[in-house]
Amino acid sequence: MTTTNTIYEALVKIAGKDCVSTSKEERYFYARDGGLMPAHEPDFVVLPKTTEEVQEVVRLANKEKIPIVPAGAGLALTGLVIPQKGGILLDMKRMDKILEVNEKARYVIVEGGTTQGALKSYLQKHHPHLRHSIPDAPPSATVVANAVIHGQGRLAHQHGFNSDMVSGLEVVLPTGEICRIGSCSVSSYWFSKGAPLPDLSGLFLGWFGTTGIITKLGLKLYPCKKMRDVMVFLADNAELVPEILLKLSHTEMVEDVVISAQPLPLRFRGTFWIMVYLTGDSDEELEFKQKMVWNALWDYFQSRDVGVLSTSPEAKAPLLSMPSKDTTRFADVAKGGGFQYAGPITPIEKFPTFIRKLEEVANKYNVFYGSTTRLIGSGHCMMFSFSFSFNRANPDEMARAKKALDECSKFALEEGAVLWKADMDEQRMLMEKMDPNTLALMKKIKQLLDPNGIMNPGNWEMR
Amino acid sequence: MQQKYVSQIHRCFRCGYCKFPTDYSSFNCPPYRRFRFETYSTGGRLWLIYAWLKGEIQWSEHLAEILYTCTTCKNCAEQCPMKFAPDIIDWIVGARSDMVEKGRIPPRVARFFEAVQGYGNPFKLLRTDRAAWANGTKLFTAGDEFLLYVGCLGSYDEHGQKMAKSLIEVLRALNVSFGIMGNDEECCGNEVYMLGEIGLFQSMAEKNVQKFKELGVKKVVTLCPHGYNTLKNNYPGLDEGFKVYHYTELLAELVQRKKVKLSQQKIRVTYQDPCFLGRYNNVYDEPRLALKSIPGLELVEMERNRKDAFCCGGGSGNFVMDLLAGGEDTPARVRIKEAYATGADILAVACPGCMTMLTDAAKTENLETKLAIKDISQILKESLL
Repeated sequence: MTTTNTIYEALVKIAGKDCVSTSKEERYFYARDGGLMPAHEPDFVVLPKTTEEVQEVVRLANKEKIPIVPAGAGLALTGLVIPQKGGILLDMKRMDKILEVNEKARYVIVEGGTTQGALKSYLQKHHPHLRHSIPDAPPSATVVANAVIHGQGRLAHQHGFNSDMVSGLEVVLPTGEICRIGSCSVSSYWFSKGAPLPDLSGLFLGWFGTTGIITKLGLKLYPCKKMRDVMVFLADNAELVPEILLKLSHTEMVEDVVISAQPLPLRFRGTFWIMVYLTGDSDEELEFKQKMVWNALWDYFQSRDVGVLSTSPEAKAPLLSMPSKDTTRFADVAKGGGFQYAGPITPIEKFPTFIRKLEEVANKYNVFYGSTTRLIGSGHCMMFSFSFSFNRANPDEMARAKKALDECSKFALEEGAVLWKADMDEQRMLMEKMDPNTLALMKKIKQLLDPNGIMNPGNWEMR
Repeated sequence: MQQKYVSQIHRCFRCGYCKFPTDYSSFNCPPYRRFRFETYSTGGRLWLIYAWLKGEIQWSEHLAEILYTCTTCKNCAEQCPMKFAPDIIDWIVGARSDMVEKGRIPPRVARFFEAVQGYGNPFKLLRTDRAAWANGTKLFTAGDEFLLYVGCLGSYDEHGQKMAKSLIEVLRALNVSFGIMGNDEECCGNEVYMLGEIGLFQSMAEKNVQKFKELGVKKVVTLCPHGYNTLKNNYPGLDEGFKVYHYTELLAELVQRKKVKLSQQKIRVTYQDPCFLGRYNNVYDEPRLALKSIPGLELVEMERNRKDAFCCGGGSGNFVMDLLAGGEDTPARVRIKEAYATGADILAVACPGCMTMLTDAAKTENLETKLAIKDISQILKESLL
């Protein structure tokens, strides 16, 4: 029989003594995230440095049938990297090299633990005319994690989900093979994750690490204009918001559109902040785009349904910062270090219904709330967040926040939304509602790739 | 302090901003950079302390080690986006203080306290040898403008002594009226405070304050930023009007008043901001002014500088205990390579702790013949006409 000690020694042989822990302290920390899902400890925490080390750990786990959970910064907040069945937690953040930037094909190849912050900084310094889509998550979020959860960030309006921006993958399969996905499987270039080949990236993106471990990722880069600005509009009629979003999208001038709603301070209650981000290489270009946006909303100004918030450069600075520290500050609204949100992906017509539900549920459970909505694609859908901040020192408040989240998720699903980075409860809801043949296909894929069920068990677990 | 940390510490969201410099280019938290488990980041530390307070984890040597590898460099407080950011160091010190009161601290920390209490310095060297390096340097007497507070590293450490001697030569050349306390000087207590032995710190501070009063000291200039910080911010009962300077502040003032004539030097210099001078006391310009006063000196900055400077790893007594030792990711080894990458001939320091840590790292990295490490007074001394 293989003992814990034997596994530990094998892991030390692979990654080195300094990079393997079975201590209570590491097991405690990696057992939880900043959200509301129950904690569960890993047995081992390992910090791999290379693809080969990941491969060896996976082979060991597969042979011994030990669960293995690849983790970035754990900032999904929905417990996706909580090791539900123990085993090995792989903290990927030592694999942090930026391996290549191809300026002419506009992509970057990063290792599996590279942070969003490091990539942003690297591009600003070495390739200032290129940028990537930066989410509002803190800078410690990893590029791979954002792709795996179908995250969204700046440029979402123009280019869609972060997973749409992937241009190639290197994956360690649950059985230990190293596999390349996309153009990089036949070429030294990482410009496409699929086309014109069958797009196998779908076997890994959105699966939360249950089908393999991404050790390298190609990511599309986009032009970084010299100037960036934000226009802030105020509206108080939620019914008009979908139409406003479509009109803004119709201009094809906008980098990003974000709508913020929060009840506190009181002056914000009942008002939606519509933030329209623009870029340009010259004053002329920026002014032209501003004019186009202005024209698109002109009728609303006339009817006084939409107002303009005059903002100083100082007031704009936090709105323009990437990532946005204000998003993180929401975690301290309840002065308690806790924050979780349900973020359904939904047609934009649902905005009024969802905002009403958010207020209703927040009142019902007496919890702090807020919402951020991001337009994805040219009005094809949006991410609407039902966000709740809670005090970690107040179990009752945490329980109420969890109930509020569950109710919002259930409601969103009933309204036709698809739950984003779903926690295990939400995954169950999704699978219950899913077309049975689709679910059966997912099950076949999972069984084929991970015959021993070692990869992040508990997630996407199909009965 | 303790009550405050107990009631507030759960507010950390573990977002991880604390690990970065402003531009997110690298990891700027020394123990996280060294160990890379999340537990060694500020967020990890705060979550573990909260778990310990709630009884979800028990005290262990590993927990204490995680807590004590924090160099209190204050990068976390600088970067944390939350309103409680200014309190983070107090929370860490508060938790350490709890461990001290319970007698549950790492052996190296316990030895540090024993040495300071018994010998007045963390090296367990004789009090009667404290001024052995000084070679007749004048003791402070009534009428002197400044007391030069040398500190433990300046008194006992080979590199610190060199710094003290250079500074004294420069002060003499500039006709500054000063004296030292000789063997009557006691440890400043900054590290003892940061390590959570608040009772010991208070008694040390009271002793020093009493001596300052007996001697009639009105102005202190310190060799070490750690002493500068604690005298300026933590010492109780000092008279109104009592002023504390770091030596780089004094030198900057003197060179600006053209009190000094300096020779042309064709040298390229980069500068290590000490945490207790920079992030703790916002002294960034003065050391640079002093350096730039030397004709021909070219100052080149490391990528991480000023409030984003990467700590040498010596804070919170680690210049003695070295809880972050081992491997190429030790902060001082990372930092010395960054200094070398600037193409500088000299790495200028303004802290004897940085001097010790970075000099050792230069040896380990085989950079000692390629990059000289000198303190600012030494660089000025070599330029004096």
